[in-house]
Amino acid sequence: MKVLLRGNEAMAEAAIRAGCRCYFCYPITPQGELVEYMARHLPRHGGVFLQAESEVAAINMVYGAAAAGVRTMTSSSSPGISLKMEGISYLAGARLPAVIVNVMRAGPGLGNIAPAQGDYFQATKGGGHGDYRLIVLAPSTVQEAAELVMLAFDLSDRYRVPAMILADGMLGQMMEPVELPEPIPPGRIPPKPWALTGAKDRAPNVVSSFDLDPYRFREILRALWAVYREIERNEVRWEEYATEDAELVLVAYGTMGRICRTVVRRARKEGLRVGLFRPISLWPFPYAPLRRLAERVPVLLTVELSAGQMWEDVRLAVEGRAKTPFYGELGGVVPTPEEILSEVKKHVRG
Amino acid sequence: MSVVETKVPAGFVPVYTRPKSLSDKRFTYCPGCHHGIITRLVAEAIDELGIQERTVGVAPVGCAVFLYEFFRCDFAQAAHGRACAVATGIKRANPDLIVFTYQGDGDLAAIGTAETIHAANRGENITVIFVNNQIYGMTGGEMAPTTLPGMRTVTTPEGRDVRTTGYPLRISEMLAQLDGPTYITRQAVFDVRHVQMARKAILKAFRNQLEGKGFSLVEVVAACPTNLRIPPAEGNRWVKEQALKYFPLGDLKVRD
Repeated sequence: MKVLLRGNEAMAEAAIRAGCRCYFCYPITPQGELVEYMARHLPRHGGVFLQAESEVAAINMVYGAAAAGVRTMTSSSSPGISLKMEGISYLAGARLPAVIVNVMRAGPGLGNIAPAQGDYFQATKGGGHGDYRLIVLAPSTVQEAAELVMLAFDLSDRYRVPAMILADGMLGQMMEPVELPEPIPPGRIPPKPWALTGAKDRAPNVVSSFDLDPYRFREILRALWAVYREIERNEVRWEEYATEDAELVLVAYGTMGRICRTVVRRARKEGLRVGLFRPISLWPFPYAPLRRLAERVPVLLTVELSAGQMWEDVRLAVEGRAKTPFYGELGGVVPTPEEILSEVKKHVRG
Repeated sequence: MSVVETKVPAGFVPVYTRPKSLSDKRFTYCPGCHHGIITRLVAEAIDELGIQERTVGVAPVGCAVFLYEFFRCDFAQAAHGRACAVATGIKRANPDLIVFTYQGDGDLAAIGTAETIHAANRGENITVIFVNNQIYGMTGGEMAPTTLPGMRTVTTPEGRDVRTTGYPLRISEMLAQLDGPTYITRQAVFDVRHVQMARKAILKAFRNQLEGKGFSLVEVVAACPTNLRIPPAEGNRWVKEQALKYFPLGDLKVRD
């Protein structure tokens, strides 16, 4: 049965169905409905809803709950995510699973509350200090947002790496019919023998990202990067649409990926051989499939709600095998399919 | 980290032994530092209440950063100042655990002021041990929010000038104004009598949590002879004659 939900609400409900039992937040637009939904519904499932005094406190509460072995989540929007970056680095360093939702808005600074994709670097290249990565998943529909939240909890637990959902204000606010995923049975959450549950009949567990010995710490980080390499092998996700005979492929994620799907349909009606490549996992980024595409498609046009952030990864993937022009909008302006189509026509002839 | 080895010579009977909830790791504190006494008092309280197997500590950033090495308890290492938020997360996730933080004055009363005040105001059922030695010890003796007026530190080489750097922050008095906390007290460990009083206060702060009474904080006014540039034996006198002028001892809030 499908239900009509906003993206923010669908992500909240999916988190509850994924077994999230501790949610910590601080209010910020445009993700307010996620907070409200959790406040109403999570306690009914025996979970903890707590509005913290700041984003900094909220992410550190996530750190505590994750250390205690519970599925936990926080959500925010761009400026709030900046504040969480300290805690996210500590989560990554301490190998704690947790889910962070970023419903992006336009920045830098206070910017505005319109949808944007300016936090790609922050999400995929670190953001906080130190050598770490987050699993970053970018939904383009409300349905996919719900599914990726469920997946984020599973991947985060499996690899003990924090996972981020990189959505935007458009996706958070829009309503769509959703087939909600079934709640997971409690037994599906893997056991966490490392969690802080009291040192009864076992040696004490310590959750920490600290080691003063550079050689020992190097080994810890090498082990962490071995996990990252495993994630890069196993968890690359993307979607291709009408790329088989394409002369130009749009590369776009999230809301922009959705709009570009419309662009492809319109271009095809006009006889233009245009396709779409939509990264779903932004880290690990689908370098190899994009490189394969570049072997046979002459133009890969990256479209983003930013000045060109994912574009850097596209160029790293393509390495000169195809032309890689860029079209982006700034400040929360969302281009129409027509505007993108006219950009497409600069590169491909009917 | 070196290990404490205790050999009891033939014919001797040990009467003062290491608390069960401490590991055999040697403390990393400097000579004359009061952390060693305070850390031990926490371990004694955990032993006395028989809660070692359900206690989770939250280690700070600062001189007590290795706390998780010293205790035989589960431990989380928190970011600087965030211990009360981390403790909140642990306690809310699993209320059966006994959760305590152990923080210095830079950690609790400067960078972590917001986390501390709001955990207290929510009446989080946790225990906070607050070691106020009026200085940043581990980073090399910089001015803390609790540094006394005129006190020389590496960042106040001419002495703390209250006109430009403010006054010693009495955060326990601030917290005692709130409706949320259950128990706020200021103690010291510069002589045997005060060690015994501090011991009772720490025990009460843990017992409060066991009884579900809410937020308890024990501030201990302490000495850092290394960064005060005084001989270790002078630390006790420093606390008694200097620090207590600004940080008077006693219970600031008790709700039973």
